[in-house]
Amino acid sequence: MFDFWKNALRDLGKIGVAYIIITVGAWMVFMILIPQLIMFDYSFRPMLALRDIGGPKDVWTLKNYIVFFTNKLHMAIFFKTIWSSIIVTSAALAICYPIAFYLAKVARGGKVGLLMLGLIIPYWINELLRLFAWQIILADSGILNNLLMVLGFISDPINFRAGDGAVILGMTYAYILFMVFPIYNVMESLDRNQLDAARDLGASWLRIHRKIVIPYAKPGIAVGCTMTFMLAAGTVAAPQLLGSPSSFWFTQVINTNFETANWNQGAAYATLLMLLCMIFMFIMLKLFKVGLKELTQ
Amino acid sequence: MKSSKSIFGMVIGGYLALFFAYMFLPLIFMTIIAFNANSVPQISPWKGFTFMWFGELAKDEQMWHALLNSFIVAFSVVAISVPMGLGGALLLTRLQFKARDFVYGILVSPILTPGIILGISTFLFWDSYMNVPGGLWTAILGQSTFITSYCMLLIMSRAQRFDLTQEEAAFDLGATHRQVFWKITLPFLRPALLSSVALAFMQSFDNYNTTLFAIGIEQTLPIYIGTKLRSFISPAMNALAVVFIALTIIGAITYEFRRRREIIKAG
Repeated sequence: MFDFWKNALRDLGKIGVAYIIITVGAWMVFMILIPQLIMFDYSFRPMLALRDIGGPKDVWTLKNYIVFFTNKLHMAIFFKTIWSSIIVTSAALAICYPIAFYLAKVARGGKVGLLMLGLIIPYWINELLRLFAWQIILADSGILNNLLMVLGFISDPINFRAGDGAVILGMTYAYILFMVFPIYNVMESLDRNQLDAARDLGASWLRIHRKIVIPYAKPGIAVGCTMTFMLAAGTVAAPQLLGSPSSFWFTQVINTNFETANWNQGAAYATLLMLLCMIFMFIMLKLFKVGLKELTQ
Repeated sequence: MKSSKSIFGMVIGGYLALFFAYMFLPLIFMTIIAFNANSVPQISPWKGFTFMWFGELAKDEQMWHALLNSFIVAFSVVAISVPMGLGGALLLTRLQFKARDFVYGILVSPILTPGIILGISTFLFWDSYMNVPGGLWTAILGQSTFITSYCMLLIMSRAQRFDLTQEEAAFDLGATHRQVFWKITLPFLRPALLSSVALAFMQSFDNYNTTLFAIGIEQTLPIYIGTKLRSFISPAMNALAVVFIALTIIGAITYEFRRRREIIKAG
């Protein structure tokens, strides 16, 4: 411990060490840890009138969680969030894997730059506006309905926004690029000679991907899946803009709790959402056998 | 062999074309509609070319107010996130200690946490323990929580390539810590610091999920857009989208050019 401080002071000086302690301390303690713990604490306390806070009724309780596990509707919404996020993640992976591979290992020269630009532009456009584009496409008098009617497939417009399909479509569109870049970044460093050698030895392209490319791209796939799942499960924007009024999503339930000032219930539900994302992340880490460090590189 | 290769090429070409059509057609539709005189934001019926929706957008005072807030929030986030991210990067790349992996895990955890959770926890902390109600300040802090992680990772990836012997040589020649930092360390980190300024600004400017829960009754531009899109949808929103898209394209092209110039310089 003493050596640590001695080395730190030698390398960075007094001001340097003080700077690190102040900035990282403020960030870690007051922005990450304490707010998170307070949310956790809130989730275990009952909602009370202002005068009862700190009084005898202000005790730790599982009440907010019991409300969830006894509310069939909220449970169903929670499971809907899980499976839709899995659908979005799988669709994004299936669509993006070939794109990432093509960009990293097949395309050459100026073409790569141009295609990258083609990915960066939609990636940078605001999430709400990307969802708005689908709001327009899927509207009753929208482009898709018009197209289907002109082609004679349907005679009356379909209400695409009645179920949950529109939200899932919108989420896939809005978060798909979070899958491309992590996979691309990892694949880029794969040695082309390995692929050529495998091909010369007669390996089929399926085998090349199974034995060389996918094992190599594991960290990228794990990051892409974790990010996409987290964004899909945690989005408020997609259900707000594309959801049907009769079918709520979990983030909307949380939002309603805060709008009706039931912060404790909202905190409990938010904690459940966070646990869900953490569990998914750990499954990804185990499945692809990567560490947290590789996940965020 | 030749023919199988060209079929393969066609399949790939077709797939790429489909993918980019999927990415861009919705944005193109949205752009065209911004110039349709129809008051319902749709392509058909086409009622003539117009700029009136841009005029309508410019008359919306709420929009200007939200835009101003967005700038205030984004500049503040940059001012908080970049220095803190630098601190985190120096800690994790320059110092060796046992709990390093654990601290690293905590510092990157905000990136892996859903945005609404960061908004909620920041709001609860400041509202109930600091007596600061939700507003621009809580939005700034909520956003900075995870944007700092991005800045830290960006700065770290450059700091890891730093040649420590440069500093040692300077110390041997009698330089002070201050001189070493300003003359050697900082110039080396400059490109990463500039990228993190740009990244932090954009992340903040685009943020919706965290901000929604932290900002109380104030509005940034994304909150304003969200409110508008949930109620009455006017083509003025398409006009706003066109402005965003145009700025994004300009930004992306400048970024790509700069990146390439740097690669050429480095290579």
